[in-house]
Amino acid sequence: MDPLRLATVWMGGCAGCHMSFLDLDEFLIDLAPKVELVFSPVVDAKEYPEGVDLVLIEGAVCNEEHVEMAHKIRRRTKTVVAFGDCAVTGNVTAMRNQLGLGNAENVLQRAYIELADSTGRIPKLKGIVPELLEHVMPLQEVIHVDYYLPGCPPPADRIKALVGALLAGQTPKLEGKDIKFG
Amino acid sequence: MCAKTLTIDGNEVSAADDATILDAATEAGIKIPTLCHLEGVYDIGACRLCLVEAVGIPKLLPACTTKVVEGMNVRTDTERIRKYRRINLELLFAERNHVCSVCVSNNHCELQTLAYNHGMDHVRYDYLFPKWAVDTTHPRYGMDHNRCILCTRCVRVCWHVEGAGTLNTAGRGARSQIIADLIQPWGEADSCTSCGKCVMACPTGALFQRGATVGEMEHDREKLEFIITAREKKQWIP
Ligand code: SF4
Ligand code: SF4
Ligand code: FES
Repeated sequence: MDPLRLATVWMGGCAGCHMSFLDLDEFLIDLAPKVELVFSPVVDAKEYPEGVDLVLIEGAVCNEEHVEMAHKIRRRTKTVVAFGDCAVTGNVTAMRNQLGLGNAENVLQRAYIELADSTGRIPKLKGIVPELLEHVMPLQEVIHVDYYLPGCPPPADRIKALVGALLAGQTPKLEGKDIKFG
Repeated sequence: MCAKTLTIDGNEVSAADDATILDAATEAGIKIPTLCHLEGVYDIGACRLCLVEAVGIPKLLPACTTKVVEGMNVRTDTERIRKYRRINLELLFAERNHVCSVCVSNNHCELQTLAYNHGMDHVRYDYLFPKWAVDTTHPRYGMDHNRCILCTRCVRVCWHVEGAGTLNTAGRGARSQIIADLIQPWGEADSCTSCGKCVMACPTGALFQRGATVGEMEHDREKLEFIITAREKKQWIP
């Protein structure tokens, strides 16, 4: 059987979900011969490829690049998993939405000017630093999501349950505490 | 007092004349999910989590405020009910800011537990992200409106168990909120006795002990049950 073409993507999250993925320990060794990791923050691929079987997307959608990337991923991928609370609910990443209109400016002002030591400057290079959206969104507000893997971060055995089922060609069915937020 | 006979999920059940469907089900060991219901204070039917079906009645009935009727045939776990319960839970999450990962009640929250027990792996509605404040003016307790589901359990224990009458509701619809005295900062509400029953009664992370950080707020429900048993049965059973 051809190895499953797997990708993992890091959007507006803290990388905790990816840490949890690495926390799969020896399951990663079982996984290695069954998958080809075609795109991920932990491999050196610049462009999201065509014909991906499964992607785990960590993080909320919070800038223009994320929106573009989400659509590209959807076009090129069979199964999309919202990986962790930021992707599923917006979580901490979306808390700036509570500040209402102008929240993106306020957040940048706070982070890069008010808290700067002396030479504060908002990074704004066109084409290099993507513009923040006015409203941070969970993934399913932007593209169709096939499966949800909640948790902040999802514990390793929860990831294993979902990825394991998909590898075995089954429909994953997480329930009870396995879908707890937080 | 005469008894009534009814059927719940196919089981013949008898219940006291003035019992609610929830009372009858609980007595028979049938669990109906609830949120605004709290043993020891009267019910108001605010959360709609306890909705059940009764054969021959087209609308769904809140089990906590509907009295049993002779011969009634109740169903507590049909596909239709499960659908509405999940919608209900999702709307509660969408209406305020529930960020479980940084919430004082993470892992000790009735709303969170109900959500995962009802298969809520995501919310299908757009989150409203409203702007709400956190009141930390009280020396011992805090009130976080972001996490409040307006069940009014706190209000009812404050008035009817403690007898202080500090907490209340104000406003309408989604902008309703729990207030202290005359919409004052809680710390300035003279009527508050700092008994903490509201904090014990709260099902979510909305009321908390100051100093509690993420996941630390356990609501000490046993203490409240102890007080209520003592009041109702004159028994001090720890
Ligand atoms: S109150 Fe409960 S559901 Fe809401 S954020 Fe806190 S733990 Fe989550
Ligand atoms: S503060 Fe807690 S007990 Fe009071 S209405 Fe809100 S959720 Fe219910
Ligand atoms: S428990 Fe019956 S409506 Fe809330």
